[in-house]
Amino acid sequence: MNKNIILYAGILIFGIAAPFIFPAFKVQLSILCVLIVLATTWNIQGGEMGYNSFGNILFYGLGMYLCASVQVGMFFPLAEWTESGGEKTFVHTPAQFFQGMAAGLFVAAIVPTIVAGLIGYSILGLRGHYFAICTLGLGVAAGEISGGIEIIGAGQGFTTPPFPDFGGLEARGEFFYFLSFFVLVFTFIAVRMIYSTRFKLILNAIRDNEDKAEAMGIQTMKYKIIGWMISAFFCGLAGGIMGGLVGYIDSTDVAFDGREMGVFMVLMAILGGKGTLWGPIIGATIFHIFKEGFWTFFLGWQYVALGVLIVVIVIYFPEGIMGWLREKYPERFGEVIDEADRKAQVELK
Amino acid sequence: MDFMVFQYPMISIQACLDGILLGILFALIAYGMALQWGVMNIINIAQGDLVILGGYIAYFMYLYGIHPAWGVIVSPFIMYFVGVGLYKLVINKVVDRDLFISILATFGISILFMQLMNFAFGADVVLANSGYGTTFLFDSNVVLPNSKIFSAFVSIVFAICLVIYMKKSKLGRAIRATAQNARAAKILGVDTEKVYAATFGINAALCGVAGALISITFTIHPYMGLPYTIRSFMIVIVAGLGNLPGVALSGMGLGVFEEFADYILGTEFRIGSVFLLLVLILVYRRFKLSKKREYLK
Repeated sequence: MNKNIILYAGILIFGIAAPFIFPAFKVQLSILCVLIVLATTWNIQGGEMGYNSFGNILFYGLGMYLCASVQVGMFFPLAEWTESGGEKTFVHTPAQFFQGMAAGLFVAAIVPTIVAGLIGYSILGLRGHYFAICTLGLGVAAGEISGGIEIIGAGQGFTTPPFPDFGGLEARGEFFYFLSFFVLVFTFIAVRMIYSTRFKLILNAIRDNEDKAEAMGIQTMKYKIIGWMISAFFCGLAGGIMGGLVGYIDSTDVAFDGREMGVFMVLMAILGGKGTLWGPIIGATIFHIFKEGFWTFFLGWQYVALGVLIVVIVIYFPEGIMGWLREKYPERFGEVIDEADRKAQVELK
Repeated sequence: MDFMVFQYPMISIQACLDGILLGILFALIAYGMALQWGVMNIINIAQGDLVILGGYIAYFMYLYGIHPAWGVIVSPFIMYFVGVGLYKLVINKVVDRDLFISILATFGISILFMQLMNFAFGADVVLANSGYGTTFLFDSNVVLPNSKIFSAFVSIVFAICLVIYMKKSKLGRAIRATAQNARAAKILGVDTEKVYAATFGINAALCGVAGALISITFTIHPYMGLPYTIRSFMIVIVAGLGNLPGVALSGMGLGVFEEFADYILGTEFRIGSVFLLLVLILVYRRFKLSKKREYLK
């Protein structure tokens, strides 16, 4: 326990100091925080509950559009803003910007949660690959449909409000970094608390055998919906931050980007190890470093690399890094190994 | 919203005929999907990308001065070997694993193919001009390009040939046996590994035919694959595995639905409505089954 506190304190201090140590990577670090949030919360229903969703991108994109729309719509007419495109006909004052951002993030977290609750009953009744394909369809449909709606920019995209000017002070990177880092810490604490309750055991029971869990008297549907709603809450929040960070929202390339972000969150969780607390965090960090390397050095070939990466990870590391570590050092994970049993196994090998 | 389609019956007839001809093509792709799903228990997300790749083969023949209709013969041959190669490289490692693994792995293949095609053939929307002319019906109120009729005809011919092949030939029998029970087939001396490779190859060849026809009748683009996958998946779950008349009918139904959605909602919502229809169908099936306390398997 004592060791854990030192570890957490170390990570926290590093997290706070990071933008000052690596000032050139502020945006990258913020994106990393968002990716970790996405992977960790995908893991709640993908890893712990066993419902592999390609559709969490729906909540992410929804949060992105909602946050930006609220931030603009609170002070200016939304339709005129999107019509003017990149030209800055309206300028937010700092107070307006932060108020709008706060309200926007609130809406971006709440509405996807409600949406998840509403559609959860119908969609979570599907199982296995039907659920996966159905959510894939949901994500793509959301992208295609939002690309046809005029008020949020349709095909030409939506420019989010630019960061206000504080008399030459460049604080944009720091602001978004600390915002996303705060959300990351909040997510981590929340997920850790969730994982220490009976709720996690119920989710695991659903993953291992849903019929038996139901026979044991667990109202599986209720818990599945709650699990998905928690996921949606954080996805929406992450989407809202990412919208402000990128500064430009496009329906199929940024918001509902099933080909990139929608697969990334699944991949990061699998790379790190599904169904563990630290797996998605490690997976997201490694993946982000890899991805940035590829994106910089293999410009143009990044999707080829991504495709190969997906195939390799899925075929050769389906258990992920944590799963591999667990197999290698079972004692560290609190598994008690019978000495005689192990000897017998070694001899067998 | 535009309800002109209901006020002028000719537009409805046009949409229906277009939809049926289009749907026959979808049914051909869905047949390949049903085949590999039934035999290998794999859902191939890269199905649509195989279709597009087949289309590019026909398109290249067109570029080099050969009539693209020959692509219907050439494309399946090349695609058969692409399919077998793909099986040997990736698919054989996911065959007996969890379905989600196969979905994710083929998703990776899909992204890979998409981007490689983008590099090789460019990001332009292309079509191979067959020069077949058009047919006018009902005082030239309904316009049907002959290429669409040709493609529907060719799809039906290929489907019938394949059905006969599956019924009569030795390989067809082995494939059907493996689909019923892979283990028993293995015990009785069927080389299941070979059967799987052949199944995936045949599926890719069917995609090649469909792709060549699509490049003649419609347009192809490297990123257009996923909707074809979703359509074929939808047709298979509506019809059920191994129900060939059902596949043909639901394919045509989907084609008609799409044409009407195109007229009523507008072209920008066409793909979106297809994906939404998938969600609705799955949810409908789920509620219908949950009354019997069952779920989609």
